[in-house]
Amino acid sequence: MVSKLTDLTISDALDLLNKKEISSVELTKAHLAEMERARFLNTYITETPELALKTAEESDKKRASGATIGRLEGIPIANKDLYCTKGVRTTAASKILSHFVPPYESTVTQQLKDAGTVMLGKVNTDQFAMGGSTMTSYFGVTKNPWADETGVYNLVPGGSSGGSAAAVAAGLCMGATGSDTGGSIRQPASFCGITGIKPTYGRCSRYGIVAFASSLDQAGPMARSVKDCALLLREMAGFDAKDSTVADLPVPDYTQALTGDIKGKKIGIPREYRSKDLNPQVAAVWDKGIAYLKDAGAEIIEISMPYTKYALPVYYIVACAEASSNLSRYDGVRYTTRVDGKTLDEMYENTRTDGFGPEVIRRILLGTFVLSAGFYDAYYTRAQKVRRLIYNDFVEAFKSVDAILAPAAPTTALSYEAMKNMSPVDTYLGDVFTTPSSLAGVPSLALPVGLAENGLPVGLQVIGKHFDENTVFQVAQALETAAEFDKKPHYVKG
Amino acid sequence: MTYTIKGKTADWELVIGLEVHCQIISQSKVFSPSSATFGAEQNTHVSFVDAAFPGMLPVVNEKCIEQCVKTGLGLNAKINKYSRFDRKNYFYADLPQGYQISQLYHPIVGEGYIEVTTDDGTRKIGVERLHLEQDAGKSIHDMSPHSSFIDLNRCGVGLMEIVSKPDMHSPAEAGEYLRQLRAIVRALGTCDGNMDEGSMRCDVNVSVRKVGETALRNRVEVKNVNSVRFVMQAIEIEANRQIEIYESGGMIDQETRLFDSVNLETRLMRSKENANDYRYFPDPDLLPVILTDEYIENIRRNLPELPEAKKKRYIETLGLTPYDASVLTVDTETAHYFETAIQGHDAKKVANWIMGDLFGYLNKANLTITESPISAENLGALVGFIGDGTISGKIAKEVFELMIETGKAPDVIIEEKGLKQVSDTGAIEALIADILAQNPDKVAEIKAGKEKLKGWFVGQIMKASQGKVNPALANQLLDKKLAE
Repeated sequence: MVSKLTDLTISDALDLLNKKEISSVELTKAHLAEMERARFLNTYITETPELALKTAEESDKKRASGATIGRLEGIPIANKDLYCTKGVRTTAASKILSHFVPPYESTVTQQLKDAGTVMLGKVNTDQFAMGGSTMTSYFGVTKNPWADETGVYNLVPGGSSGGSAAAVAAGLCMGATGSDTGGSIRQPASFCGITGIKPTYGRCSRYGIVAFASSLDQAGPMARSVKDCALLLREMAGFDAKDSTVADLPVPDYTQALTGDIKGKKIGIPREYRSKDLNPQVAAVWDKGIAYLKDAGAEIIEISMPYTKYALPVYYIVACAEASSNLSRYDGVRYTTRVDGKTLDEMYENTRTDGFGPEVIRRILLGTFVLSAGFYDAYYTRAQKVRRLIYNDFVEAFKSVDAILAPAAPTTALSYEAMKNMSPVDTYLGDVFTTPSSLAGVPSLALPVGLAENGLPVGLQVIGKHFDENTVFQVAQALETAAEFDKKPHYVKG
Repeated sequence: MTYTIKGKTADWELVIGLEVHCQIISQSKVFSPSSATFGAEQNTHVSFVDAAFPGMLPVVNEKCIEQCVKTGLGLNAKINKYSRFDRKNYFYADLPQGYQISQLYHPIVGEGYIEVTTDDGTRKIGVERLHLEQDAGKSIHDMSPHSSFIDLNRCGVGLMEIVSKPDMHSPAEAGEYLRQLRAIVRALGTCDGNMDEGSMRCDVNVSVRKVGETALRNRVEVKNVNSVRFVMQAIEIEANRQIEIYESGGMIDQETRLFDSVNLETRLMRSKENANDYRYFPDPDLLPVILTDEYIENIRRNLPELPEAKKKRYIETLGLTPYDASVLTVDTETAHYFETAIQGHDAKKVANWIMGDLFGYLNKANLTITESPISAENLGALVGFIGDGTISGKIAKEVFELMIETGKAPDVIIEEKGLKQVSDTGAIEALIADILAQNPDKVAEIKAGKEKLKGWFVGQIMKASQGKVNPALANQLLDKKLAE
């Protein structure tokens, strides 16, 4: 018999469901109860228990009737509140969209629905996915289910997909959608001790996902194992005529890549990631990860990616520029909140000043600045050129290696206090290891490999070639097996 | 003769460029599947993409790409095999995205030209570029004193912005450029060219300089000049305004003005200091448009005959004057009417009838050529009956009037009204003999040398026959009788 339904991985739960040992309703109820108990973590912005139970009941009926069922039939998941869900409020964790109920469904969540998943609700994120802590959310910060050394829950879960990561780690869903623009899946996965993959840019449709930076935004799954991520990504990915930037490529069954065998695989270790920003405790886990892969038969190759250090400034120029334009549509004229004014311009000003949080406003201003006449070439054009060089770094590296292993974040989860006392630019430093692969568009999976001396999880990222998620999953699973990371957050241990 | 304006201190010449927005003829909008047709109830042709809902993405409509390429080929222009979309950022209530998707850096069509014929002859006016962009919605300010209303039906409809080089130097030339451009897009079926419905809109750039100057002075953009006549008026008015300012010691700023067609003046809309910074940058939601030679050649092969080629053919093979040829090729319908009417008939004479009597009537009745009560076949037949002597030119005018009234074919009318020209020499001779017998005094005068009186006799003959006598024959027979 199973210990606890909310501890199961998706692949185990699917086995039990198929063997009729458990039902989707049971599974869903267990998660709903856990969500109730864990309310203090503030992971969900909107819970949809009635909808979840109704879906679970239908799913059980479907399974019982012998009808064709989805590949993830009956699995309860959570969606980042950046995904538009038909009839269910979608806020992007902002005030300006705090009342917005989309009349349409995002492609990715629709595909997950079609696969039979049960949505438990919408989870917290940094406002418009801008931030690395969920502290910019209009709906309050999410607590990391890992406590600090004194046993207090005062750590951030990371972000922007911090609600997804915390909910997965705490057993408040079996898997969750996240989105990653500059590390928003991988950094929270690392902070919360779970697994998450940012697939290749163009692997998943962006249709119906509230846009932050269009050339970087990418949907991806977060779960408690590499295999679960592989199962989820298969459903989320694929061509979509409604998004011009999504690749028209077949989506493989990623679980087929989980052979456990990585003998002879060439793994690159980028020299430039051993920077002054890297916390020694994290570096130690990285070294451990390298040793695991070596022991598993991989060939470890030191590589150089000279443009790495420019990734962070390039990222903040490109992402803010795109965001400043993408967020113009929230203007008080149509579906957003509105604060009136005497003139149209005054209404815009009032609405946007009131509806956006300070970090969003900061990035809109930054983006507006770098696109302005007289500054465009010095910032935006230059950043695009350097982005190309960063891309070339990866192309060059992948001529000699199959995958790259690097830390996901320079530190373990920080406390709110520490974050509050940091300047915005200092907080941006947390993205230093994730932004290069975002700018290059290559797939990258973060998974927990060990604990730091402070008892907090440390994630490493496995980075692969464009559209070669298979190798990423393959290497990540080998690492997962070797690391035997079975540590649970304090919240789960109780 | 070059067009100049005589000022108090000097002669001034004009430098004119036009930016013309042409709404693309397509089923759906340029980046969304909503209908692009005109005239529906407000806000019924609006998708979530058009209204810029969160997470909505543009997907380019291939038909609009094809229409741009077609138009580009019609403008003798270079088709760019690589083009890209950029965002033009500004806030306005009828622009839901907060940016217009356009093409600043890499337009789909590059340099080309339009041949324009005026009294000064034929010149090639350069086209700088054609780019594809989306239209904005419509703000309606006059429905309520307190609110504005927004109609998003037009929002997202595809537009071709066609920018000329500053190659024009007179209002007439600008007007003719616009007429030719309209004729081209109509012939291609890429834009209906209706300026009063706003499916073709024009902004005019005007600057002036003293004759002999080579540098360009500051230009003023005059917005929304929405007919050929207004374009010509606006240029003249704006040029005169600028000359007056220069001559009284002032300077012209690069600014945007609005044409007021009621008060016949231009008014300041936006000074240079208040110009928008549109923060153009490549739209990351859309991929570049890559065209193959094969694609372009395929469109080229299937192009209809363009007004310019048609015009050349009318001049060279039908013997029309350049002026007549331009008028008849100005739109597809007129050309089609003409070409139908000339089947088996004298092209030059048919042209004269169309441009004279028919246009005169249509203008007066405010009808288009497709609404003409006289079919092209019937007009051709009428010209044929003059040519073969069945009726005289004079009678033909009468038949023409009756054709307008009744819509009947000319042969029917000639038959019914008995208007057939009398060419029976015996009958005419009898008639002449009669008239001569009644006017012996006048006959005597002619015989005494007063030749002019012959005309009087011909008049009498025509009168007596109600114009049905062939006038040439009447003259000939009269001479013969008098000589007897």
